[in-house]
Amino acid sequence: MTKQTIRAAFITSVPVLAGYIVLGIGFGILLRGAEYGVGWAAAMSALIYGGSMQYVGVGLLASGASIITTALTSFMVNARHLFYSISMIGVYKGAGRAKPYMIFALTDETYSLLCDGKVPEGADPTGYRFFVSLFNQCYWIIGGVLGNLLGAVLPSTAGVEFSMTALFVAAFTEQWRTTRDHLPALTGAGCTLLCLVLFGPENFLIPAMALITVVLTLLRGREEATA
Amino acid sequence: MKSAIIVAVMAAVSALLRFLPFVVFRKRTPPYIAYLGRVLPPAIIGMLVVYCLKDVTVTAAPYGLPELIACLTVAAVQLWRRSSLWSILAGTAVYLVLVNAVF
Repeated sequence: MTKQTIRAAFITSVPVLAGYIVLGIGFGILLRGAEYGVGWAAAMSALIYGGSMQYVGVGLLASGASIITTALTSFMVNARHLFYSISMIGVYKGAGRAKPYMIFALTDETYSLLCDGKVPEGADPTGYRFFVSLFNQCYWIIGGVLGNLLGAVLPSTAGVEFSMTALFVAAFTEQWRTTRDHLPALTGAGCTLLCLVLFGPENFLIPAMALITVVLTLLRGREEATA
Repeated sequence: MKSAIIVAVMAAVSALLRFLPFVVFRKRTPPYIAYLGRVLPPAIIGMLVVYCLKDVTVTAAPYGLPELIACLTVAAVQLWRRSSLWSILAGTAVYLVLVNAVF
């Protein structure tokens, strides 16, 4: 693995750094509040590695949820990962031994950095994607451990978590700039907005994914008709 | 012990969802799935933008203005510099100023 590849991966991962540390700290503090120590924080961030899942997971732990409840909740919260994986089958083809880890570490943020399939000039594609995934998870674990250990003494970081929103807005703008067909992007944003209004902020994601799939499927006919 | 089981179930279900499409379509990707793989990325990014902003209140002060201005800043800087590092930095800085000093 060349230094150049690792450096390119690090530079790509920098926008995630602040966000993951801050959100990780939030998780660590929450977990400490439920009286789980630093070992739990590290283990959850290493083994589950999903922001919203771990936040919800603190509630499951605190309430001593049943296996069925835990499994169903995990499925609902993380169902969107099916989408990520489906669209990365092509990009991750031929990733070899690094592939299982890259699939495991495919979070919202890592996905948004890698989903366009582009690789910086001179970097090895698989090595680059592997290290972006790994760096991001390191930030996340560090944040969780810090929050759990230092919770009360850390200065307020209110507002810094907006960097995650900014990351997605930047990815949205960039794909808008580089593609001609804007219907998929509009479908994604429009269907989600519609479902948010209809179902409210707690329950809109699953209907949104279903609606996006239906609309994109219908649009496929259009693509074939014009092809 | 119970806590360890809860963590293990969360980890297993999360991993299952991530691995399932790769396992199911490991030999051959049907054209429909390949099509979804092509059109889903922009749609998902659109979905994630809305998802991040889901808790913003637009019916009461400050009417989601800090978020709106900060998002427009990100988009503008992205179009100008074509670097997500700069656009995210600028957008987050604008947001921090707006929520702490303006609204």
